[in-house]
Amino acid sequence: MESVKPILEFKKTCVSYTKQTMAVKYVSAAIERNTITAIMGPSGCGKSTLLRAVNLMHNLYPNIRVDGEILLNGEDILAMEPIDVRRRVGMVFQRPAPFPTMSIYDNVLSGFALNGIKLSKAEKDATVERCLKSVALWDEVKDVLNKKGTFLSGGQQQRLCIARALAMKPDVLLMDEPTSALDPIATKHIEELLLELQKEVTILIVTHNMGQAKRISSKSMFMYLGELVEYGDTETMFNNPVDERTNAYLTGKMG
Amino acid sequence: MNDKLYKILLFAAALIMPIVCGGVVYALVTDAYDAFEHFGFFKFLTSSEWSYTEGAEQYGALPFITGTLMTTLLALIFCIPFSFPVALFVGEYFKGTKVAAVLSTVTDLLAGIPSIIYGLWGFYTLRPIIMALNISPQGSGVLTASLVLAIMIIPYAASLSAEFIKMVPNDLKEGAYSLGATRAEVIRKIVFPVAGSGIFSSYILAIGRALGETMTVTMLIGNTNNIPDSITSTGNSMASIIANQFGEADDLRLSSLIAIGLILFLITAAINMVGKIMIKRARIS
Repeated sequence: MESVKPILEFKKTCVSYTKQTMAVKYVSAAIERNTITAIMGPSGCGKSTLLRAVNLMHNLYPNIRVDGEILLNGEDILAMEPIDVRRRVGMVFQRPAPFPTMSIYDNVLSGFALNGIKLSKAEKDATVERCLKSVALWDEVKDVLNKKGTFLSGGQQQRLCIARALAMKPDVLLMDEPTSALDPIATKHIEELLLELQKEVTILIVTHNMGQAKRISSKSMFMYLGELVEYGDTETMFNNPVDERTNAYLTGKMG
Repeated sequence: MNDKLYKILLFAAALIMPIVCGGVVYALVTDAYDAFEHFGFFKFLTSSEWSYTEGAEQYGALPFITGTLMTTLLALIFCIPFSFPVALFVGEYFKGTKVAAVLSTVTDLLAGIPSIIYGLWGFYTLRPIIMALNISPQGSGVLTASLVLAIMIIPYAASLSAEFIKMVPNDLKEGAYSLGATRAEVIRKIVFPVAGSGIFSSYILAIGRALGETMTVTMLIGNTNNIPDSITSTGNSMASIIANQFGEADDLRLSSLIAIGLILFLITAAINMVGKIMIKRARIS
């Protein structure tokens, strides 16, 4: 039986910040559509670096080199225009950072405004409502859409940032420790939200929190010193890790 | 005990500044009083007569206020197209690189050149060019003074606005890039709005510099006591009329010059205060 074609595929992907050292070493992995894949590993293992390679964030910094291939629906991202890639691959960062000069409404639509895409008032209203509903923020903010996004709580701001990314209807959503700056309740909200969202978008999430990976992801990657040590079903990995290093990390012997 | 003494000494030293400032204001007000009393405050501000025929002396500040505001405004307009790209270059495009460091050092060097040297350059280099281009027959005038003034305030506007552009958080810029924005869009729609009030206040402070600049303007504006009827005609600024006439003036004329000084002081203080308040607000948000 032929397996489903992966939405995203790393093929010997390498990232280096300097000529001598590689931060990500020959990572190969295929990501299935409409799943949540967690990337775990100790600080400095290259998990964020790998994530940021997917939407060509590294292109902003001339010293960083990305080698190998990253295929999005079979097409090599590294050969594409960054702008086209980033419209199809959304990103949510560690610290919630809504655009401070824009209202909640305009923050959701900022992807269109930044790309110079004109929408009619009706399309705008519909997009804002759809996106805020899908991040479960609509009921909380529907009467204050014209207020600044920075006036919301941390968890609400992060959901606004997710809504902002979803507005562009990306194929893949990258999340770089999206709850590490949030309190447990806000974290729980976001986790529930991600479980819902995987129906419409494939999620790749970097997390320090093993419990979080266990709760939401179906697949997990464990990275160590730039290498992809283990990749497989989250449940299998937590119960029967193949590699000794994965076991050491998951049991807290190595952090 | 020692601590207490230290505190008293510090306090005394710090107190000198407000005392000096208060003293300057007091001296200006008392010495300008005669002029204001003789002509009336508003009459003095709005009159454009400046004649010292004995017995029929008429002094008004309007030509000089106009001259100062015209040169300052023009200098600001000329300075923007040069200081703005420098600020963007140093603060965003080449942020943290050697090229940016060299460029900002050179720009800052411009701020260190004594104004008399700018005056000489303007008089012997720029003025003949203005004449050769048939812009004005005498070469000197509001335009010439403004051009040199613009070069003098570029470093202030550029280095301060570069600071504000640098301060725009990377989180926001990466957030915008991640949505597919180009660099130009990030600058236009994220960097400018976020750094906007800071950039604005840097120009306010540059205006503050231009308002009081004396030597360069005196050398280039032409020193005629009339309201300039176009940007190429000659005139006089508040600072330059004082510099030109304080030595020979006495009684009512001296008092009138000091009154002009007081007005200049008030305008400059107000502009600087507005700029500082805006910078404070920009840093907080």
